[in-house]
Amino acid sequence: MSQAMTGLLVLCATLAAGLIVGLTMRRRGGAVRAVRSDMDVVAAGDLGAELGERATLVQFSTAFCQPCRATRRVLSEVSGMVPGVRHVEIDAESRLDLVRRFDVMRTPTVLVLDHQGRVVKRASGQPRRADVIAALGLAASQEPDAT
Amino acid sequence: MQVDPRSTRFSAVITTVVLALVLLTGNAWLLLAQGVVFALGVAGASPYGLIFRRLVRPRLGPPAELEDSTPPRFAQGVGLVFALAGLIGFAAQITVLALVATAAALLAAFLNAAFGFCLGCEMYLIIRRLMPAATR
Repeated sequence: MSQAMTGLLVLCATLAAGLIVGLTMRRRGGAVRAVRSDMDVVAAGDLGAELGERATLVQFSTAFCQPCRATRRVLSEVSGMVPGVRHVEIDAESRLDLVRRFDVMRTPTVLVLDHQGRVVKRASGQPRRADVIAALGLAASQEPDAT
Repeated sequence: MQVDPRSTRFSAVITTVVLALVLLTGNAWLLLAQGVVFALGVAGASPYGLIFRRLVRPRLGPPAELEDSTPPRFAQGVGLVFALAGLIGFAAQITVLALVATAAALLAAFLNAAFGFCLGCEMYLIIRRLMPAATR
């Protein structure tokens, strides 16, 4: 096969792969997902910050993260709006222990904790505001004796 | 340092076209030129960014908001690594290396151009996770 032909094939394959990856990321990125209920509990000491009275939004960020700033804006807006909700941002690089424990692969990753620090929802990529509010509704509705 | 996000996107479009031409023509000099552009981009002096400022931005008006330049500069560094690998492939006549490395850089540039998605930035945490010794 000629060099130009091989190059053309590689080009087409790369662009096709890019389209699939891009469309998948656009569709699934930032979706707020339910988490298995046996997921472990985050204590205030783990985070180095107090948990929210009703719920906590834990955001993992890095310096090399484009959508982290927009995510910070959404989460601080929501936590300012809903009483008893705290937004805690964690520098993933300085807390690789938490990154590994919660298997964070991308930034931003957002964990939604209920008032006991149980992880009830998570999102990787920038979550939509309405999805965060809906997830908070669930987290805040978990009664203290529901375990 | 702050950067116009449209400039980053514009640069990704040109990079995509240049890398596609490298694949089609097998021209190592073109890849070398793109490698130099990546290196200048890491230094915060991307020639494509200059073209944007001189020729495109005056027609578009000021940006709605600026972005931190750290992520795109890091991504230029990732592009530089792939370009160097590709150049080694061309120089040593290891065609597979030349094609795969160029294709990897093209994939990253295309994702940024078409979707505004920064593949290099996404790789950062995964790379960091693999380096436990470097924990601060």
